[in-house]
Amino acid sequence: MIKFTPCSSLSGAIVLQPRMVQASLSAQRDEVIGRHRTNVPRNVSMEKLQNGYLFTEISRRKLQHVEKYPNAKLISLGTGDTTEPLPDFIASSMAEYAQALSTPEGYRGYGPEQGYEALRKAIAETFYKDVLVKGTEVFVTDGSQCDITRLQLLLGSGVTIAVQDPTFPAYRDSGVIVGRNGDFKDEARKCRTIQYMNCSPQNNFFPDLKTTLRADIIFFCSPNNPTGHAATRKQLEELVEFARRNGSIIIYDSAYASYIMDDSPRSIFEIPGAREVAIEVSSFSKFAGFTGVRLGWTVVPEELLYSNGFPVISDFDRIVCTCFNGASNIAQAGGLACLTSEGLEAATSLIHRYMENAKMLVDTFTSLGLEVYGGANAPYVWIRFPGRNSWDVFSEILEKIHIITVPGSGFGPGGEEYLRFSAYGNRKCILEASDRLESLFS
Amino acid sequence: MARFSQQLGPAGPKMSVIQNLSTPISSSSSAFLAHSNFNTRTNYVSLPVKRIGICKCVAAVPQEAQNAHKTKVSRNANMGKLQAGYLFPEIARRRSAHLLKYPDAQVISLGIGDTTEPIPEAITSAMEKRSRALSTLEGYSGYGAEQGEKALRTAIASTFYSSIGIGEEDIFVSDGAKCDISRLQVVFGANVTMAVQDPSYPAYVDSSVIMGQTGQFRKDVQKFESIEYMKCTPENGFFPDLSSVCRTDVIFFCSPNNPTGAAATREQLTQLVKFAKDNGSIIVYDSAYAMYMSEDNPRSIFEIPGAKEVAIETSSFSKYAGFTGVRLGWTVVPKELLFSDGFPVAKDFNRIVCTCFNGASNIAQAGGLACLSPEGLKAMREVIGFYKENTNIIVETFNSLGFNVYGGKNAPYVWVHFPGRSSWEVFGEILEKTHVVTTPGSGFGPAGEGFVRVSAFGHRSNILEACKRFKQLYK
Repeated sequence: MIKFTPCSSLSGAIVLQPRMVQASLSAQRDEVIGRHRTNVPRNVSMEKLQNGYLFTEISRRKLQHVEKYPNAKLISLGTGDTTEPLPDFIASSMAEYAQALSTPEGYRGYGPEQGYEALRKAIAETFYKDVLVKGTEVFVTDGSQCDITRLQLLLGSGVTIAVQDPTFPAYRDSGVIVGRNGDFKDEARKCRTIQYMNCSPQNNFFPDLKTTLRADIIFFCSPNNPTGHAATRKQLEELVEFARRNGSIIIYDSAYASYIMDDSPRSIFEIPGAREVAIEVSSFSKFAGFTGVRLGWTVVPEELLYSNGFPVISDFDRIVCTCFNGASNIAQAGGLACLTSEGLEAATSLIHRYMENAKMLVDTFTSLGLEVYGGANAPYVWIRFPGRNSWDVFSEILEKIHIITVPGSGFGPGGEEYLRFSAYGNRKCILEASDRLESLFS
Repeated sequence: MARFSQQLGPAGPKMSVIQNLSTPISSSSSAFLAHSNFNTRTNYVSLPVKRIGICKCVAAVPQEAQNAHKTKVSRNANMGKLQAGYLFPEIARRRSAHLLKYPDAQVISLGIGDTTEPIPEAITSAMEKRSRALSTLEGYSGYGAEQGEKALRTAIASTFYSSIGIGEEDIFVSDGAKCDISRLQVVFGANVTMAVQDPSYPAYVDSSVIMGQTGQFRKDVQKFESIEYMKCTPENGFFPDLSSVCRTDVIFFCSPNNPTGAAATREQLTQLVKFAKDNGSIIVYDSAYAMYMSEDNPRSIFEIPGAKEVAIETSSFSKYAGFTGVRLGWTVVPKELLFSDGFPVAKDFNRIVCTCFNGASNIAQAGGLACLSPEGLKAMREVIGFYKENTNIIVETFNSLGFNVYGGKNAPYVWVHFPGRSSWEVFGEILEKTHVVTTPGSGFGPAGEGFVRVSAFGHRSNILEACKRFKQLYK
């Protein structure tokens, strides 16, 4: 039975608008009364999720809107979905690999679950050249979203986690799914199973670690989705020191690292000591437009140890071998092509296009006198609408100028008053969107 | 042209990171490099433990680690319950060690069930086309529906489930059955009980342990506490005696079966569905080998009336289309399947798929769609026919040697009985004396002891050569 329980048991948890999927599910339930029910109890963790996944809801709203206004030219600055076609060179490499699968010499069956060695090595050498990550510490996967859940499975339900607020919702949702309910773990209320670390303009989008309770696992995304903030070296040194002191593990999401335009760190492993406290998750999705092709990686350093000295990498390897069967070999061939100099050049040029889009949006909002954040090191622009409910602003923008965005509260209570605008889109759409925004807010 | 094939790596054994963990962590990284650069240290070929011959490859805490920074994060106790590495990387490790020992041996792999024949061109050309289309404005697609592209879901429904009432909306396309099994475990959570066939595909048990559904491993019986093991042996026709099976929330059932090759009859599946209905259980039915069926047995659990209210079905393109590396499968969760509170299981599965997954590769999906075209189906049936012929050759060989042979008719696996012998010892003997890799039955569960699984995936010449060697060894 889906109950929309008040959020007090999940205080500080993400509060989504009540007018979402609940109603339709109740109707569904009424239909099925009278049918056979199994005696299998529903997973209580699933119940605790309360609402649908944020981006599923955004898609639903999009569809609803299109139905209501079939002639409107809807512009999507919502879900961060890449829009530019793949560079020819990369697409051809995958085409050739696929064709080769029809030949005796070129056919490949099961690959190593950790990914082909050549690709693991190429990732290490491309992204971690100066920070001594080995190919053997790189696990090639079908993307960060999947890796985050695999890491949750690895760590189990007994660990406590801290997430930024606001943050990419999968960290929290996957945490709830594997059994962390956000409640306090002990009577003294000194340890929450899910802790929210506020990140706002007031603290330079970096949590006040002095008031942050210890958590076993700290999820940290930089450049940040949704705020666009790229943590400075000093901030990351503080974070690594905090993790070290507390015996925590940082799960560092660097999916947007290739969008960094200044000299902010691109990998947590640039920070000394990070190898003993951090795992890094990244992806070809936003780097190479592989959102549909599905390819990513996770780095687990050999030095990262559980409290009993057991290497985390051994258990992660076991998860990868048991719960996964490798990324698609065709996608891996594409990944390898991305990491050649030609591929890197092509990927970088696409990234610059998106960042130009971001700059246009930043300029538009700035000229409108709004509070603008992000857009400099990430393809997301984070706009503040003081005193306003973010779903209301979302709806207003959608209704009046047919632009989809993402309401900040979908990323956590710290996102209330904010809206995220994605810079993915073809140039024409971005320009059109800018015009419409100007007309609405001037 | 084939540069990326070559660069990605030659066809060969999968090397697992875990195999080197008995050596200090600071060992040279060259130990991990290249399929063909095997570590010269052979001391990690551990000896079988006890008469059962389970090979332990859990890593001990290396010496250097004792002075290094340790986090204060407790290791997940569930991971600690697992007894050894996953079965198939262990087989790969043994194969590698054997190659080190006999570098000139022509090792033939009939162990891991890995397809060997090229993918039919009707299918690869679709993937080629889709890849190229991604570099065009009209053809580029980013995130797809996490449940899979509608055209593919529709094709799966109409190819495999037409006239048994499963619609495209009940189908979830994935990157394979193994991944789906874990996703299903995530849906179910830690507080459900499960039953498996014994023997069975090890991912069911291992994922259950990881999820926290089980107690400790009991070495005396080689079973995990809290899992109900349903014995499947020649004596019961490889179908469990349901009257002696305790109720569990979830029942994993694979037919045609990996590893025994047994295919459940309509009557047996009717019994199973009734059992599940009476007990309020959910069957997770693995039909990955359904197209290998020769006899007139159900290919889908949903052929049985009432199954939609008690079963989930998972399947895969791996063994039909040679997609073991391409990665594509599907899971059917009927809308009629409800938890005890009336909540539809499909809704929770959908939530998992949207939150913990991001869809199968669009290129793989294009390949899947081509598989299900008339030309693709014809081509798949030809390849399946080829492997089935391999199976016949293997069955005939062991029959002629006087063995009791099971399976092989409805699945690409031959289940050979070696009464009174340890399956790891037989595995070792066959490997040592004929350089053929098989899979020891006890790796699939305690009732697999005394059996060896011989997989029929291989080039015809290798199958023939392997059979020749078996004849020499066991004449």
